[in-house]
Amino acid sequence: MSLMVAPILQVTAPRLVRLEEVGKTFANGTVALTGVDMDVRRGEFLSLLGPSGCGKSTILRLLAGLTGPTHGWINWSEQEHELGFVFQEPTLMPWTSVFSNVWLPLRLKGQSRAVAKPAVMEALEKVGLAGFANAYPRELSGGMKMRVSIARALVTRPALLLMDEPFAALDEITRNKLNDDLVALKCELGATVVFVTHSVYESVYLSDRIVVMAPRPGRIVAEIEIEAPLPRAEDFRLEPLYVERCRETSAALHRAMSHEATL
Amino acid sequence: MTRREIQRYALPAFALIAALVGWELVVRVNQIEPVILPAPSLVLKTLIGDWTVLFRSLLVTLTITLQALIAATIGGALLALVFARFRWIEEAFFPFAVIMQVTPVISIAPLLLVYLSSGGAVLVCSFLVAFFPILSNTALGLSSVDHNLLDLFQMYRASRGRQLLWLRLPSALPYFLGGLRIGGGLALIGAIVAEIAAGSAGQGSGLAFRIIESGSRLNIPRMFAALVLISLTGIFIYLVLSALSYLLLHRWHDSARRRET
Repeated sequence: MSLMVAPILQVTAPRLVRLEEVGKTFANGTVALTGVDMDVRRGEFLSLLGPSGCGKSTILRLLAGLTGPTHGWINWSEQEHELGFVFQEPTLMPWTSVFSNVWLPLRLKGQSRAVAKPAVMEALEKVGLAGFANAYPRELSGGMKMRVSIARALVTRPALLLMDEPFAALDEITRNKLNDDLVALKCELGATVVFVTHSVYESVYLSDRIVVMAPRPGRIVAEIEIEAPLPRAEDFRLEPLYVERCRETSAALHRAMSHEATL
Repeated sequence: MTRREIQRYALPAFALIAALVGWELVVRVNQIEPVILPAPSLVLKTLIGDWTVLFRSLLVTLTITLQALIAATIGGALLALVFARFRWIEEAFFPFAVIMQVTPVISIAPLLLVYLSSGGAVLVCSFLVAFFPILSNTALGLSSVDHNLLDLFQMYRASRGRQLLWLRLPSALPYFLGGLRIGGGLALIGAIVAEIAAGSAGQGSGLAFRIIESGSRLNIPRMFAALVLISLTGIFIYLVLSALSYLLLHRWHDSARRRET
């Protein structure tokens, strides 16, 4: 994977999508989100951090158009926007090959196998799995399956990549490697990423910006900018900025949790 | 031959041969009359000697079983698709499905004989018992699709037809094949049970009828010969359906793969 250093994103970076006063109440009366005001800026790596039940995944589903808000608005800067989604599980179709799994988004757009082949192979190459196009998902390790899932999300060259705790089920070594590869890919493609995570350290290492959320009802309680360019090397974990932002994020998360306890 | 192969093939073959030899010895040593218990050698002799009659009956039973199984497969799979698409039809049909499933086929057979010809009644009985496992398994498979994959198809704005063809049908395939394997065995049982009911009304010429007829004539070796043919038919249906299942699933589904050790 080729590495490119991206400039630090400014607050003034053009907006890709804006959530205004967004609320979501489920049919059973559960209030999943309330009063969410949030911008996703073009080209940024944005992490949504918070405890279970704080509505992180609901925000991803709203952005993906899988559900609609019960209050407020979601305004996209462009009407037509390509999206990619990576779930917590690899979510591959086990009955077909790696190639066909990655081909799926293009196939659903009406592209034949022959037409889609260059894009599919390029996506597989980017995640380091070009040699496994004919393999079946069950022949791959957990980390490799996740790479296929990322290749499938990237094959349409999406403006926004939505990732719902994609590496949570993997071991730490694989997770760190995939995190580095993901940031390198994001920089290379200039994609915007919204990344859901439970981990303070992961979010500070990966993100341009972290949105900290509190549960019951899900809402935003803090926004933290990480002013270091992406991609970051392993040494970044030793820098004072990293330590300081981890401390800040951790404190914000702690406040979010204690606020929940007093509710 | 590896130890595993010996365990898998040689051991059951040896056990079967030992049982047959034991049976033969018990009959010969105790000089048991064929009318009480025929020796395996006599059963084999009867099978060869009465082959023309028995084979004709075998064809009748096999044809009915296969016709019923094909009808049950098409009917069960199509109705499962309708259930998956229209939930209200599934809910409306549910009490009928439960009633049909819990009512023993042997108790319906005489009633069917009142309304239908004996051939028709046997076919319907066989169809009814094979139909429900195929229907319920396929319906379960169609509704057990990974929700994240459904989300993915929705996000990429897949049409209902493509979602069915590329997602729901392959997801349901292992369930459908499981239902088909159960249905295959049950179709034969249904046909035999219905033939027995029809046979008692003095009709039919399938294998079950041959058993009843031979019993009433005290031709016990022929009863055993017909029984052997029924077992072999059941084994044949099971093997064909297992092979089909293996062909379709062995590359991806855990049920058709050997566990790595």
